[in-house]
Amino acid sequence: MISVSRIMAILKKEVRQLRRDRLTFGMIVGIPVGQLLLFGYAINTDVRDLRTAVSDQAASHLSRQYVAEIEQTQISKIVGYVDSADKLEDQLRRGVISIGIYIPADFDRRVLSAERAAVHVLVDGTDPTIFGVASQLRQLPITFDTTRSRTVTSNVEVRTFYNPERRTPVNIVPGLMGVILTMSMILFTAVAIVRERERGNLELLINTPVSSTELMVGKVIPYIVIGLLQLALILLLGNFLFDVPVRGSVPELYAASTLFIGANLALGLLISSAVKTQFQAMQITVFILIPSILLSGFMFPFDGMPPFAQGIGEVLPITHFIRLTRGIMLRDAQLFELWPDVLALAVFTLLAMIAAGLRFNKRLD
Amino acid sequence: MNDNLAIEARGLTKRFADLLAVDSLNLDVPKGRIYGFLGPNGSGKSTSIRMLCGLLTPSSGNAIVLGTKIPGDTSELKPQIGYMTQRFSLFGDLSVLENLQFMAQIYSFPKAQRAPRIDELLERYKLVEQRKQLAGTMSGGQRQRLALACAVLHRPALLLLDEPTSAVDPQSRRDFWANLFRLADAGTTILVSTHYMDEAERCHRIAILDHGAKVADGTPQQLREQTGMHVIEVQAEEPYAAQKAIAKLPEVASVTQLGIRLRVLIPEAIEDPLARVAAALAADKVSAEPVLSTPSLEDVFVAATLPGRDKAA
Ligand SMILES: Nc1ncnc2c1ncn2[C@@H]1O[C@H](COP(=O)(O)OP(=O)(O)OP(=O)(O)O)[C@@H](O)[C@H]1O
Ligand SMILES: [Mg+2]
Repeated sequence: MISVSRIMAILKKEVRQLRRDRLTFGMIVGIPVGQLLLFGYAINTDVRDLRTAVSDQAASHLSRQYVAEIEQTQISKIVGYVDSADKLEDQLRRGVISIGIYIPADFDRRVLSAERAAVHVLVDGTDPTIFGVASQLRQLPITFDTTRSRTVTSNVEVRTFYNPERRTPVNIVPGLMGVILTMSMILFTAVAIVRERERGNLELLINTPVSSTELMVGKVIPYIVIGLLQLALILLLGNFLFDVPVRGSVPELYAASTLFIGANLALGLLISSAVKTQFQAMQITVFILIPSILLSGFMFPFDGMPPFAQGIGEVLPITHFIRLTRGIMLRDAQLFELWPDVLALAVFTLLAMIAAGLRFNKRLD
Repeated sequence: MNDNLAIEARGLTKRFADLLAVDSLNLDVPKGRIYGFLGPNGSGKSTSIRMLCGLLTPSSGNAIVLGTKIPGDTSELKPQIGYMTQRFSLFGDLSVLENLQFMAQIYSFPKAQRAPRIDELLERYKLVEQRKQLAGTMSGGQRQRLALACAVLHRPALLLLDEPTSAVDPQSRRDFWANLFRLADAGTTILVSTHYMDEAERCHRIAILDHGAKVADGTPQQLREQTGMHVIEVQAEEPYAAQKAIAKLPEVASVTQLGIRLRVLIPEAIEDPLARVAAALAADKVSAEPVLSTPSLEDVFVAATLPGRDKAA
C-alpha cells in the first residue's frame, strides 16, 4: 500500500538535500540562463557579411556595377581585390576569405552570350551554412540596364509566416526549452538516485518499509517543480531579452511541458537503474543529449534529414516537444490540433515509467 | 519452525559469479539474545546479514526470520528489523535531527510520540550537542551512535548490526555494548558482526565464518573448551628467535606473538606438546619458558580459521 506520509518524507528530504547542494542548485538556474544567452546571442543562422575577395579581370563598367550589387545584398563584404584566380584560391585555402569572385576579362561578352559562365564564384564549402548562403549569389541578375535582365528571376514570392523578420532567437527558444529540460531533468533524476546508491543510502532505504514506488514518486516530484520553474525562467528571459512571443495558450504550453518533463524523468529513472556511478549517468545523459540536439529538428530542419535519422528523431521525446512548443508559442496552435505529438510523448512516458518500475528493484542484486 | 528462534537459516548460500561468498550456512539465533558473527575479511558476514534481511536473494537455501520466509516477500519483515550497515549509510547532508526525523517518518512512527522518542535517543546516544550538525561532518564514533539510534528508533524486534564499532574508541565501545545489553534485556534479538575478541566474549553465542562456511558455533565458553588445540604460552627474551625455533616443528598449527610472549597452538592429538616446544627451543639455543595455558577466544578464532583446516560441523 502506498503511503502518502512516506512519500512526503522522501520529498522533504530531497528538497533539504537539494537546498544544501549548491552545485545542483546553481545548475537549476545556470543551465537555462547560460544556454539561453549562448544560443540567443551567439548563434545566428541568418548569415551576413561573408568575407569576400574579388579578382576583376574585366574592370569594365558592367563588372564594377556587378560587384557593387553583390555588396548591396549584404551577403558579402568585400575585403580585398586581387589580380589572379590563383590568389583567390590561395586566400580561400588560408581561410582569409569565405568567398572569391573571379570576373574574367571578357566578362561583358560572356554576359551577352549564354554559352559560358560570366562569373566564377569560389565558395568555402567546409561550412555548410556559408555554402548555402553563398549559393544565393547565383540568383543575382546581371543586367546592362534595368529593362533587360539576362537571368530570369522566378516570379514566386516567398512570404515568411510567424517570424517575418527571421530572427534566430524566435526559432531557437522553443527548441531550446526542450534541450534545457532534457539536459537538466534526465541528469538530475539519474544523479539523485545513483548518488544514493554510491553513498550507500540505498542499502539503508531498501531495508525500511518504503516501497520503490514511494521512493520514485517522492524523488521525482521536486524535479517536476524544478522543471516547471526552469520553463518559466526561459519563457520570461526569452520574452524579455529576445521578444520571443507566446502566441498560443500558456496553460497548454505548461501542460505539454509537464508531459515532456514526465518523459525525461522516467528516462532518468530508467538510466539510474542501469548505471552504477554518477559518472556513468552523466555519460549516458550526454549520449542522449547529442541526438536530442542534432536530430530533433532543433538545429536542422527535420524534413531535410534522411529517413534513418528521422526514425531516431521520432523516438526522442524532445522531437515531439519541439513541435508542440513551436506550434503553441509561434503558430498559436492548440494542443488538440497537435495530438499526434501529445500521444507520442504520453506513450513514451508510460513505457519508460513501466520499464523503470520493473528495473528499479528493492534489492541489491 | 521453532518459536524461540528469531532466525533459523538452513543451507543459506550466496554465489557471486564463481565466488562462493556464503556456503550453506545453518544458523539458529534465539530470541532476545546477542549473537556474534566473527570471521576474517571477506568471510561472508555482510553477505549473510544482507540475505537475512532480504537485501540479497540467496542462491540456494532458505531462512525464517521473525516468521517471514526468505527468499520471499519481506515487506512484513522490514518494519520489524533495524539494520546498521557496515558502511555509514545515513544522509551526510542532513543533520542528526533531520536524519532521525526522516527515519521516524519512513517507519510511520506515531506522530505524537516522535519528538519525545527522538529526544530520548539523542540523550541516550549522546548526540544532544550534535543535533544540528550535518551527519557527514561527524566523527566516526558519533556517526556510529547516530546509525544505531536510527536503527533502534522504531523499536525493532531484530537488530542486524554489521561491524557497528569498527571506528569507535574503547570507552564508547563499552557504552555501545551497554546499550546493546539493555536492548537485549528488553527482548530485542541482536545479530552483530565484529572483529573484536572482547566484543565476541560478551555475546551469548558466536558463530565463526571462514571462506563463507561456518567453522565454529557455540557460547564463548563452549568454543574455548572445544578448540581441539593445546595452547602453550612461551615467554622469551628474544621472541623472534623463539618463534623461528618453534615454527620449525611440523606439528605446530600457529604461533602468534604478543609482545614478549608467544602463543603456540598444537593440535590436541599431539602428545607431550610442552616437551616438544621445549626441545625445539633448546635445539636453537633460545632461552625461553614454555607453559601450558588455557585457550582464549582469540586462540579459538585463530584455530578455527587456520588455512587448510577441515570445516567443523
Ligand atoms: N556484490 C558482490 N559482487 C561480487 N562479490 C561480492 C559482492 N559482495 C560481496 N562479494 C564478495 O563476497 C565475499 C564475502 O564478502 P562479505 O562482504 O560478506 O565479507 P565480510 O565477512 O563482511 O568481510 P569484512 O569483514 O571485510 O566486512 C568477498 O570475497 C567479497 O569480495
Ligand atoms: Mg562486512
